[in-house]
Amino acid sequence: MTDPDHPFEEPWQAQAFALTVHLHDQGHFTWNEWAGALSTQIHSGTDRTYYGHWLSALEALIAAKGISTADQLAHTAQAWKQAAARTPHGQPITLSNDAKTP
Amino acid sequence: MHDHSDHSHMTDTEARVRALETVLTEKGYIDPAAVDAIIQTYETEIGPRNGAHVVAKAWSDPAFRAWLEQDATAAIHSLGYASRQGEHMQAVFNGPGQHHLVVCTLCSCYPWSVLGLPPVWYKSPPFRSRAVIDPRGVLADFGLTLPEDTAITVHDSTAEMRYLVIPERPEGTDSWSEEQLATLVNRDSMIGTALADAP
Repeated sequence: MTDPDHPFEEPWQAQAFALTVHLHDQGHFTWNEWAGALSTQIHSGTDRTYYGHWLSALEALIAAKGISTADQLAHTAQAWKQAAARTPHGQPITLSNDAKTP
Repeated sequence: MHDHSDHSHMTDTEARVRALETVLTEKGYIDPAAVDAIIQTYETEIGPRNGAHVVAKAWSDPAFRAWLEQDATAAIHSLGYASRQGEHMQAVFNGPGQHHLVVCTLCSCYPWSVLGLPPVWYKSPPFRSRAVIDPRGVLADFGLTLPEDTAITVHDSTAEMRYLVIPERPEGTDSWSEEQLATLVNRDSMIGTALADAP
């Protein structure tokens, strides 16, 4: 059982959660649309953790709203992985300009 | 097996979240400072203590209890706990012979403004599916065995409607202040998988 005072198990979960709340606050989708997107992932039959479903739902909703595309998100994620791999441990990881969004 | 001890490691999942932040920031959809503020708020300010305040006030103030019965959204908002997703709140009251249990069979809708973020088990498929079919068995798993003649009502939350269980006020607390009472209200008692603590 998780500590109720620390609802997130890993930092990325908090980030994914807050991005969703923030985009909703800004009016980019309704909470109903979000609940539908999350429910679709949860009932997709894919075995993921709850926040794994959450992240997939956010990516799908962002693509559905035309905010970004699956390709752009995948390309940027790959750039981040490459940036991490070439960054010595302990240094901040940054994207070089040429590796940013296509 | 770590073959990249000299360099930083980022999992696929972490990279996907970073990518979302990067793309959304570059396109001007998000303000990273506002995102950090949301995390801060949910980690520190919003949590079951808010709900405990609502319950303790309902126990000690009959007018507030009546308001909560009639319009829980407004009554809860009056204490400063606004639901940012714009959903409606309904309070359901446990009493002699009546117990309430909240579940979300669709995904995991939860009254964040008063309870913070949902516990892991609330989001688990077994809880979501079993609570409706076999609530008595689910409560037994939580160590809560109710009298045979106590009715259990299961409330299925939606994106628009969230439920807050008002547990029964424990015996022997007649002279307790609202602040003292709030210490007896645990999170699970407001979901319905536990009772309020004994004094």
